[in-house]
Amino acid sequence: MKYLDEFRDPELARRMFDQIRRITTRSWAIMEVCGGQTHSIIRNGIDQLLPPEIELIHGPGCPVCVTPLEIIDKALAIAARPEVIFCSFGDMLRVPGSRKDLFRVKSEGGDVRVVYSPLDAVKLAQQHPDREVVFFAIGFETTAPANAMAVYQAARLGLKNFSMLVSHVLVPPAIRAIMESPSNRVQGFLAAGHVCSVMGTAEYQPLVEKYRVPIVVTGFEPLDVLEGIRRVILQLEQGRAELENAYERAVRPEGNVAAKQMLADVFTVTDRAWRGIGVIPRSGWRLSDRYAAFDAERRFDVSNIQTTESVLCRSGEVLQGRLKPNQCPAFGKECTPRTPLGATMVSSEGACAAYYQYGRFIPTANVGMNG
Amino acid sequence: MCLGIPGRIIEIYDNGLTRMGKVDFNGIVKEVCLAYLPELQVGDYTIVHVGFAITRLDEESAHETLALFQSLGVLEEELQPNTEDRHEIS
Repeated sequence: MKYLDEFRDPELARRMFDQIRRITTRSWAIMEVCGGQTHSIIRNGIDQLLPPEIELIHGPGCPVCVTPLEIIDKALAIAARPEVIFCSFGDMLRVPGSRKDLFRVKSEGGDVRVVYSPLDAVKLAQQHPDREVVFFAIGFETTAPANAMAVYQAARLGLKNFSMLVSHVLVPPAIRAIMESPSNRVQGFLAAGHVCSVMGTAEYQPLVEKYRVPIVVTGFEPLDVLEGIRRVILQLEQGRAELENAYERAVRPEGNVAAKQMLADVFTVTDRAWRGIGVIPRSGWRLSDRYAAFDAERRFDVSNIQTTESVLCRSGEVLQGRLKPNQCPAFGKECTPRTPLGATMVSSEGACAAYYQYGRFIPTANVGMNG
Repeated sequence: MCLGIPGRIIEIYDNGLTRMGKVDFNGIVKEVCLAYLPELQVGDYTIVHVGFAITRLDEESAHETLALFQSLGVLEEELQPNTEDRHEIS
């Protein structure tokens, strides 16, 4: 496919690996923030082909993985109501709540539907005026403009039977939380390219300056990821800490201005709990007061939720880069994509799912090509 | 989740609510919301996420980046005398 295949060229990738090997003289730990990048790294074996000095730490940028258990349980409670059509991205259906998942609710008679776009949920609300249509609005800044448009259109259409269960999260506060952690090992970041397509790059400059940490806006194809790594390493080796954009074909410094305007209208920044990590101040969005009538948490009484997290699951440590998925005792045993204990084993962007899918069952050091 | 797929816009229209369009992903055509990219025109490339065009794909930058990747290492290889030559000289 045009603008995909060119960025997967094996010969160029070989040269890029050579370059990275040439410039690397010391040990460095780099975090790829986005789960999409984690997936690309594991699928293409990038981590195994890098020089052994470079460690890639997988970040918390998987929205399905960090959606808090309490919100999952609220989703399950709402989805089970007979008047509700509950719409969600497919990834969320197997995410374990305290006692079940959305698939189970569906098999028990709940009307749970997978939608491709949030606008599909708005259409369903128009088609079923006698039912309550609830959309599970999760995601990072990339997905937020789509979800915001759904609410905006529902308001314009005067739909009384549409609402959203909102659990939006933001990347820059997560980077801040990682850098503030006493156990932090991350020395450079690959910032999530599509998040920056929407939001632009200005939010990252203060992080670069405050923490003296290189941040390189990076795409998702193998060559994009390698170029992001190369630029971070180059900065680290030269003692620089700068904001760079290695995904210029898709990211403008100002981001998507029209989308940002819509986001400012529909959402308000709020504190948000991240599953496995805890509350990060001002790290998410909720509906703004203007659109409060579309808030599913207000429309349905779901305040009395008691959550119970799996005792075996160590996805919190995985999400914080303290544990590689295959170092978890439950990995591939009690916990598989068919029987996930945590969301990181469910989502196509979860680190555990990526390790499982591509057969990384045994913890190994980088095997490298430079032997 | 933040997966974005590049595609080419082949049609633009208003559906009564907002600006929509048809995007061709290498033969697969899907309806996409273009509300956030008012300047996009038929023939432009865009990156699509959950049914929304989120950014214009700048073809010039794409070619520049590829050219940069192409040139990586080439200069070093040319400037580095290979070992056999050096043996001959010494």
